[in-house]
Amino acid sequence: MRTTAVRERVGALLLIVPLLAFLAVFFLWPLWTMVKASVVDDTVSRVLPRTSVAIVSWDGQGSPPVQVQQALVEDLRQADDQQALGETVRRLNSAVSGFRTLLTRTANAVRDGKDASVDLASLDRRWNEPRFWLAIRDAVPPYTDRNLLAAVDLKRDANGTIVSEEPGASANRLIMFRTFLVAAIVTFACAAIGLPYAMLAAAMTGWKRNVLLLAVLVPLWTSLLVRTTAWFVLLQNEGLINGALQAVGLIESPLPLIFNRVGVVIAMTHVLLPFMVLPIYSILLSVPRNLMQAAASMGAGPLRAFWRVLLPLSLPGLLSGSLLVFMVAIGYYITPALVGGANDQMISSVIAFYATGTANWGLAGALGLILLLVTMILYFIYGRLSKSPQLVGA
Amino acid sequence: MQPFIQFETVSKSFGSVTVIDSLDLTIHKGEFLSLLGPSGSGKTTILMMLAGFERPTRGAITLEGTRIDQLPPYRREMGVVFQNYALFPHMTVAENVAFPLEMKRLPRAEITRKVERALDMVRLAHLKDRRPSQLSGGQQQRIALTRALVFEPRVILMDEPLGALDKQLREHMQLEIRELHKRLGLTIVFVTHDQSEALTMSDRIAVFNSGKIEQIDSPHVIYDTPRTRFVAQFIGETNLIEADVINLQNGQATITLGKDLVAKVSAAPELAEGQKAWFSLRPERMRLGVDPAGENALHMTIADCIYHGDHMRVQLRRDSFTFTARCERLGGSWTVGAPVVVSFDPRDCTVLAP
Amino acid sequence: MNSAKILSIAGCISALLAGWSVQAVQARDLTVVSWGGNYQDAQRKIYFEPFSQKTGKPVLEESWDGGIGVIAAKVKAGTPNWDVVQVEAEELALGCADGFYEKIDWSKLGGKDQFLPAAVDDCGAGAIVWSTALSYDANRLKEAPTSWADFWDVNKFPGKRGLRRGPKYALEFALMADGVAPSEVYKELATPEGIDRAFKKLDQLKPHIVWWESGAQPLQLLASGEVVMTSAYNGRISGINKSEGKNFKVVWPGSVYAIDSWVILKDSPNKDQAMEFIAFASQPDNQVKLPDYIAYGLPNKEAAAKVPAEIQKDLPTAPENLAHSVALDADFWIDNIEELNKRFNAWLAQ
Repeated sequence: MRTTAVRERVGALLLIVPLLAFLAVFFLWPLWTMVKASVVDDTVSRVLPRTSVAIVSWDGQGSPPVQVQQALVEDLRQADDQQALGETVRRLNSAVSGFRTLLTRTANAVRDGKDASVDLASLDRRWNEPRFWLAIRDAVPPYTDRNLLAAVDLKRDANGTIVSEEPGASANRLIMFRTFLVAAIVTFACAAIGLPYAMLAAAMTGWKRNVLLLAVLVPLWTSLLVRTTAWFVLLQNEGLINGALQAVGLIESPLPLIFNRVGVVIAMTHVLLPFMVLPIYSILLSVPRNLMQAAASMGAGPLRAFWRVLLPLSLPGLLSGSLLVFMVAIGYYITPALVGGANDQMISSVIAFYATGTANWGLAGALGLILLLVTMILYFIYGRLSKSPQLVGA
Repeated sequence: MQPFIQFETVSKSFGSVTVIDSLDLTIHKGEFLSLLGPSGSGKTTILMMLAGFERPTRGAITLEGTRIDQLPPYRREMGVVFQNYALFPHMTVAENVAFPLEMKRLPRAEITRKVERALDMVRLAHLKDRRPSQLSGGQQQRIALTRALVFEPRVILMDEPLGALDKQLREHMQLEIRELHKRLGLTIVFVTHDQSEALTMSDRIAVFNSGKIEQIDSPHVIYDTPRTRFVAQFIGETNLIEADVINLQNGQATITLGKDLVAKVSAAPELAEGQKAWFSLRPERMRLGVDPAGENALHMTIADCIYHGDHMRVQLRRDSFTFTARCERLGGSWTVGAPVVVSFDPRDCTVLAP
Repeated sequence: MNSAKILSIAGCISALLAGWSVQAVQARDLTVVSWGGNYQDAQRKIYFEPFSQKTGKPVLEESWDGGIGVIAAKVKAGTPNWDVVQVEAEELALGCADGFYEKIDWSKLGGKDQFLPAAVDDCGAGAIVWSTALSYDANRLKEAPTSWADFWDVNKFPGKRGLRRGPKYALEFALMADGVAPSEVYKELATPEGIDRAFKKLDQLKPHIVWWESGAQPLQLLASGEVVMTSAYNGRISGINKSEGKNFKVVWPGSVYAIDSWVILKDSPNKDQAMEFIAFASQPDNQVKLPDYIAYGLPNKEAAAKVPAEIQKDLPTAPENLAHSVALDADFWIDNIEELNKRFNAWLAQ
């Protein structure tokens, strides 16, 4: 009896092993990698171990003592893992522009010259500037908050206190705010269109319902390029919409509908509409039809019945639809890049720039982490909102 | 009595299917009228037309002399109780009950007072802050009823409101509704397919079959003198046997059952001599083993006895036909295969035109 | 089912999977990655297919949009699933410094002196010379713009302008519009004042700029009349003129040219074959066919000399086109792209 129970439990566990493995490999592990990449900063201490030890005693004034410089030369001579060295170079260059060429040039010179004593300053004048040495010193501790700070336009000054970046130097905070703003506008637009649309679809039957649902799903199935071209044809100055409005005489000169926020909102609303319509639609299907009849029998006209009964009942669908749309929208960046204007760049494009453009995975990870954090806070609020009343009856 | 609600030659078709065909129906003020019939007989359609959820294809419906069939439901002032109760899941019990009062734009204080009084009446005041999903079926049903009553509608319409309850609760609710009806003097139109429910509760029953009213009468008349074969069969249990009318006199008919049995019965007006007819006799009106006083004594054989606790059902056979009789207890000598004499009062059976 | 049985089944499955993946790695054919579009169509005809016929083995191809992060991810994964990749100058320099590429065996390519000096690198062999230049629709503009100063002159040429989003190219063009000679552009940019100057110049044009991101966009913008002038890749311009009969013109003075190179990813399982492919694509007889399809200059000197004169005049490598253009300074951008991109985003947001 006992053994069968144990065996059954083992069997049950075996059944969920694939699920756990999937979660671990495709969710937890990448998340962990991202967190690690954004705070772990051990490349300099690993590749330049002697320098790391020597430079700690330097007071940061003027040029560092000779033994620090010799340690660096020795480290560079011993650095045989070129990929690790490359990582160090990338790390230092992201702190001070110019490190890339400086260190590469120095490393090459050190390796070519067999002589142990190399005069760094004569090799490249930049070694006279303390800021390069300071960057090395700052990179010695194995953990860092610089990526997380940089993600929200903060940095540590010479004294180690956290200060804002100079205005005009970075715009991550603004771009992040803009990302949430655009996502919110798109969510609102999707709700304003999606709610009546879902109600219409739920009220229809047969082929009419299918056509309505299909129409809202089609943008999901078309390729981004085809969609973009379609928006272009519709929205540009000589496009269909402006052409029609001008032909009718409603406007004199074309409305700016593309390469600005309007275009971004139109295009994103178009793609994300199904994420709003489908949850509302499925909620509405589960609402007994005679609730509206009951409301009418008690004297509620169509508008009041909608406001007091149908709308509150579709609220769970509206909420989960809004959440879906919002979550997907904050990750968008290709669409805003294609149809947006100068100020419609979203945070994901900044993340993509660091991740694929410059391989600065630390900063990419930090930006991703901040985005994830804000999203989780929003999700928490959503959870609170949607849980409070028990909305659907037994 | 002055007609309160009147259907005049009302027809309703859905596409090519006619559900109600040229129906006339009068509902009196303050009466409890049940619409009884099998599913698909049109009784619910009548209710939906009354509530305003469906419009008649032809004909007129009037309420106190005013036509209402073109009015939208929210102008009709009719309280509707649905089979699934149709309580609003996102509102508390009190909010549900207050809803129709808010639609009437009554002052807040008055609404609160009325809601409290109504909930007190059904003894559910302690549940006012619950949501419908937290209530039992019976409680939901009472809230639905309260909500339909609270705004003092002119008519209460109920669409199989007790169908989802278990037997005991159903019987309890039947009494409760009946009680409310009497106490408040309500006009209730009650749709059901359960004949015992209709018999228990109604002032009058309209029996529906295929979009027509077969008979509309008090429960007593419906049960004792069904006017059609359908009604006789649909209401209660009956033994229905083909008969030949051989003589008609003073409302009394002499008929033959099977080959040689002769019975004297009270006759329906449309019968004629020499005609075929249907003989209907309720099982509980049959007397077994009582010494026949001459007429209406049939010699039969016991084919089977079935024990039902509070009564027995006895299958009786003679030639080609079978009777079911119901009796309190069985005499000692009655065993399967034993002969028995069956007798009945001529007033207790009916002969119907074919 | 007992657990021993389950274990043995699981073991079989994992053994199968392992065998399959090992086989997949071993069996993968040479994979070449380039920029897609018309360009890769041309490469397929003149390089991939003939090479495949010559060796009797299939050539797999993919396309990408650039980014050293992509290369880094591939190489750090262990065995990369790409072999030969065409990269831009910065990716060449960055990846070479970081050890992401195999060394090029120049003896197989006929020696370094066969190529333009700028196309020779330890890690990469030059594939094309291409330009980013001012372009316009000659059917729409009556008067032709001739310089970046004209591009900035919204009174003389009213209408919107297209520029690639990002500091690269935009800063160079801005300085030239502000009167900096092509040869002095990077000297100026190397100073903080020069960068301020470029941003200040961009400020003037900011309200009139439509920013584009993918190479096909500027053509679309020009074709629809959304912009009167735009920066664009020269190969795309001649391509659309040929395929759609447009009359788009390229203004060569002030253009910025760069070299794209073939590289072999570190630890590629098809290293030798990859080297053979690069040698094949660098042979003059093969390379000379490219300008027939797309107007890119050729790094192989012999091939460049063989290009007919009427095609030659549309190439970035034509002497008269080279005369007043700027060679992209990859080192400058490697050092400064992160910081300038940050500043550019902040500037855009203002």
